[in-house]
Amino acid sequence: MKDFVALFESLDGTTKTNQKIEAMVQYFQEAEDTDKLFAIAILIGNKPKRPIKTTDLRLWASEVSGTPLWLVEESYYIVGDLAETISLILPPNEEVTDVPLNTVIKDIIRIRSLDHQTQRTVIVNWWLSMSGTALFLFNKLLTGNFRVGVSRKLVVKALAKVFNEEEAVIEHRLIGKWNPLEESMQTMFHPSGPEAKIYLPYPFFLAYSIENQVDGLGEISDWILEPKLDGIRGQLIVRDNHIYVWSRGEELMNEKFVEFMELHRYLPDGTVIDGEVIPWKDGKPLDFLLMQTRIGRKNITRKFLEDAPLVMVCYDLLEWEGKDIRQVPLQERRQLLIELLNQYPVADILLLSEEKKFDSWEEAQVYRDAARSYGSEGLMLKKRDGVYEAGRKRGNWWKWKTEAMTIDGVLIYAQSGHGRRANLFTDYTFAVWDNGQLVPFTKAYSGLTDKELITIDNWIKRNTIEKFGPVRSVKPELVFELAFEGINLSKRHKSGVALRFPRIVRWRHDKPASEANTKNDLLSIIAGTNE
Amino acid sequence: MQKLLVVNENGLYCPRGDFYIDPWKPVKTALITHGHSDHMRWGMQHYICHRHTIPILNLRIGMGHSVQSVEYGQPFEIKGITISFHPAGHIIGSAQIRLEYDGEVWVFTGDYKIEPDGVSTPYELVKCDHFITECTFGLPVYRFPTSQEIYKNINSWWQQNAADGYNTVLLAYALGKAQNILAHVDEDIGDIFLHGAVANTNDALIEAGFNFPGKRITQDTNRSNIKGALIVAPPSAMDTPWLRSLRPYRTAMCSGWMQLRGARRRRGVDKGFPLSDHCDWNQLNHAIRATEAKHVYVTHGYEAVFSKWVSENYGLPAAVFKTLYHDDEAEEE
Repeated sequence: MKDFVALFESLDGTTKTNQKIEAMVQYFQEAEDTDKLFAIAILIGNKPKRPIKTTDLRLWASEVSGTPLWLVEESYYIVGDLAETISLILPPNEEVTDVPLNTVIKDIIRIRSLDHQTQRTVIVNWWLSMSGTALFLFNKLLTGNFRVGVSRKLVVKALAKVFNEEEAVIEHRLIGKWNPLEESMQTMFHPSGPEAKIYLPYPFFLAYSIENQVDGLGEISDWILEPKLDGIRGQLIVRDNHIYVWSRGEELMNEKFVEFMELHRYLPDGTVIDGEVIPWKDGKPLDFLLMQTRIGRKNITRKFLEDAPLVMVCYDLLEWEGKDIRQVPLQERRQLLIELLNQYPVADILLLSEEKKFDSWEEAQVYRDAARSYGSEGLMLKKRDGVYEAGRKRGNWWKWKTEAMTIDGVLIYAQSGHGRRANLFTDYTFAVWDNGQLVPFTKAYSGLTDKELITIDNWIKRNTIEKFGPVRSVKPELVFELAFEGINLSKRHKSGVALRFPRIVRWRHDKPASEANTKNDLLSIIAGTNE
Repeated sequence: MQKLLVVNENGLYCPRGDFYIDPWKPVKTALITHGHSDHMRWGMQHYICHRHTIPILNLRIGMGHSVQSVEYGQPFEIKGITISFHPAGHIIGSAQIRLEYDGEVWVFTGDYKIEPDGVSTPYELVKCDHFITECTFGLPVYRFPTSQEIYKNINSWWQQNAADGYNTVLLAYALGKAQNILAHVDEDIGDIFLHGAVANTNDALIEAGFNFPGKRITQDTNRSNIKGALIVAPPSAMDTPWLRSLRPYRTAMCSGWMQLRGARRRRGVDKGFPLSDHCDWNQLNHAIRATEAKHVYVTHGYEAVFSKWVSENYGLPAAVFKTLYHDDEAEEE
């Protein structure tokens, strides 16, 4: 796996996208075919499942290196990455043999089915025959949290260069959960006509948030405006008398979205619809959390089906009568979609995404600002004559979300982060006032600059009250403004509320802790959104 | 019996001799282990340090102080306590300080490393009863590659960058690491340039008899002549207009912290070389055994973890000395 190690090192060693693409192109041109597919799978995050409990790995690393287990744990707190910790703790190996990447990964997959004692033997053998980055990568694959500093988009770019193909074509080939053990470079990238996989979705067109003023977009009549709903983006495919529902995360959701499973009996072959899957009852959307709980369950009980029935709010038609119509202007695609939904008896599960008509951007803005009270997150802006693009692109689609809700919380606990933030206190717990007491109500990780993180890290080290393992309680002094997308009552949280997607907006240097918000403020936000 | 060394609000204090070692507040008499700013501070009435530390003191604290110069291994007395300085191998002029009274020997290491760097006087083993050791890298994940290997990697990286048309920027602490690097880079690869902070330190060290390669970059330096060159600058130069004027370049941080991937990525540098002027895990453990100390005290580093390790693994009483020394290789200056 020497060549893959070299690839990883060059990807890891630069922040420049062009250099990353070059490194991948070089690898794909030079590596063995039998390795490439595994490399692609790893690069885009399609990696083998963790074959072993991490507690076993810690224990064996402790035994093999003669380091007490508590010291392995302490080291892990500092390093922030178990795979790296183990690689650094193991005794150094002078003589190492180079083994092909596919052999290593096949062995990692095999480990899952071995008995405990054999697992140990196999893993320790690998440990004693690898060193440096190769050992680190092996451990990363074992712990199942391997991430390389490239986006899927970059991998697609590199492959497009290697095969001299459009990026959209490559994107299409890579979609879904394909298994590198069952595919070859030939079947993946040079499929012949009838064997092409009929169940594959098109790459989703994703919108950026609008960056400037909306009036820069020109006439409002050139745009279709739709309420932005909070659900799971999905693509519904009817081909060859089968139905497939894909999520944006490129997961096949057939087992979770049972409501849609009969649709192929009603819709003609060669139909692909894009839309938002949401829980819906009595003519209006239900809270997103309901669907999330339902999806999290292995078995969907009748109660779930009754409490959180799913529909798809359809907003685009990508394939019609077996033809890819993504290049047809949106206006016409939408017209076909409307006709289709009228023509076939699917009205109880497939709804049309409502077009909002406004006379001016100002009027649209009024709706967008109050979007939450209409059960939406804002507006989607789509150009009437725009084509359906692949991936996240600017221009034809924009999301115009309503302002996030915010609240000022006091920092009370800190824990060191992982990866790039290892050894820095960057994971924070915040509290609000409740009858003179501070009650924790959320954690937040993102939103501060590296410089602020370092300043706060220093402050935390000087203002620690108590240490509980990796967590420290700190003097309740620093106040932060936190934004979030949703808020609900929760029985599972001490404070009684649960936030969706909380993040830090800014450090309120101007506010003393006494002026942070209260639990009552949180409760009144909940009351406000449920009106 | 009273301990020979304790920590009070001013620093590491010897009550019997009424003097301090590396104090952090102004005091009457200060023994100084080495010239880094967390060990040698402003405002002492009287400084006692190794001869080679004096030009650094003059540069960093200013001239005209009351300073007593000491040679390695030359004992002197304060109030009946025999004091001697011994090479610590950390940077030029760095010393461990040995105190002896009534047959009992205490050693404070200051900052130290055992592996010779070819510039500072190599570490000397000093046997003692009470051993006060730093533990900046006191975790088993910090086992550094040999410095020979790192120098080789630095040189080949420079060569590669020069071939690709890039300058090579090495970010290194101006006192210690910078000289350590300059003494080992291959001058045949290309020109060597220095940030002002590094050049000032080098100039001061000429007085102590040291000469290092490299041209100072000034306002008048023609930037277009700096091509495929090696530039040594302090970490604070990262993301400054000064550095950007030297584009195109690739940057590397030289520090023991670069052993961890997260630390390197946080820095936003292209590369990290784990070149350290501190003991790594193996060296710390070696030192503790070799000194044959019966009591161990640990300061700046992973004190809690390291002292637990020492008491469990060696069965020695190990305590934490809470000092205000921070690590001079730390990521911010």
